Amino acid sequence: MYAQMVQSTGKGVKSSEDMTPEERAFQARIDAGEKIEPKDWMPPAYRKNLIRQIGQHAHSEIVGQLPEGNWITRAPTLERKAILLAKVQDEAGHGLYLYCAAETLGVSRDDLTEMLLDGRMKYSSIFNYPTLNWSDIGAVGWLVDGAAIINQVPLQRTSFGPYARAMVRVCKEESFHARQGFDAIRKMADGTPAQKRMAQDSLNRLWFPALMMFGPPDKDSPHSAQSMAWKIKMNTNDELRQKFVDQTVPQIEFLGLDLPDSGIQWNEEHGHYDYTDPDWSEFFDVLKGNGPCNVDRLAARNKAWDDGKWVRDGLMAHAKKKAAAKVAAE
Amino acid sequence: MKNEWPLWEVFIRGQHGMSHRHVGSLHAPDAEMAIKNGRDVYTRRNEGLSIWVVESNHIAASSPSDKGPLYEPSESKVYRHPTFFDIPDEVGAM
Repeated sequence: MYAQMVQSTGKGVKSSEDMTPEERAFQARIDAGEKIEPKDWMPPAYRKNLIRQIGQHAHSEIVGQLPEGNWITRAPTLERKAILLAKVQDEAGHGLYLYCAAETLGVSRDDLTEMLLDGRMKYSSIFNYPTLNWSDIGAVGWLVDGAAIINQVPLQRTSFGPYARAMVRVCKEESFHARQGFDAIRKMADGTPAQKRMAQDSLNRLWFPALMMFGPPDKDSPHSAQSMAWKIKMNTNDELRQKFVDQTVPQIEFLGLDLPDSGIQWNEEHGHYDYTDPDWSEFFDVLKGNGPCNVDRLAARNKAWDDGKWVRDGLMAHAKKKAAAKVAAE
Repeated sequence: MKNEWPLWEVFIRGQHGMSHRHVGSLHAPDAEMAIKNGRDVYTRRNEGLSIWVVESNHIAASSPSDKGPLYEPSESKVYRHPTFFDIPDEVGAM
């Protein structure tokens, strides 16, 4: 979900007969539950697919700081401010764990950054929606990080060792994110009628974008089968989305808020909640760059990169000078 | 012109007397900054009491394709494991 519509080979899963002996041995290792490590042989498409997926995941963590960073200076109390600051700092950390996992595949950090900045690589559609008020910050932690956990927990078992290890670290920290969000929205839901209305409004606006995080319906996910065979995707989009709905509906009821979708109904036969699909044309439009905040987000990342250049260059020049002086002194 | 900060591998020693353990990597202009960045990236929740950093290109690693020949010498030496030896029950714990 932090990685949506990651392009795979586009050809479906290769059958065992069509594989080269190397590919067959590789698939056998994956089927046996072995981890693939950076120096191991891997099919070029596996490498390419993973760079796209981990890169997109990392970019999402980094861009994901923007909607929340927006509210750090306007948090309602010093305690909420400190918590939000720590949460946003964690997101930077998560981005860095993931970038270094991607780099073990032979792509450089600067290349990844530049591909984000010029739009060649994507980040999750959810971060192209605005955070209009404090209640949205609670809803983001609760819903967006809640969805992230559902996506990331199974990825701890993904076949690529560095990615799996990064996910273990991320998951350890992520439940703080969801809980602080739930705590913030709960305060609003239990507050004055006006505060409760704000909480309801945040839920209504962010519900469908949160469902979109899991990616298009399975029938429109041409890339999933190969990724699942390679165990770089562990569950289908619809499986994870259903899990999110099932988990979140009772929480909405606990908060005393109205369900954001009149189609939500317990289905006795399936043992799951039915729900209305999001408007997928909106999803594809946001991915194309036409969401409410796409332009702002990319502009903010580009500005940070450009404004930081003198710092990066200055520190590098200082390090080189110091190293040269040390050699001269020896 | 590309002027990327070098990549460093980060090792952290935790609280319970364990040795330093690899936790990941990061970019930094020099060792001093690598330790500071290592603190921010890898010890936000008191994970460590000591940080080692080493520039990634200084790490020599064994190759996965050598796995067979590299570890073969120890494979046949089952007597290195204590369970190889039968100790009569009456001897007690050993």
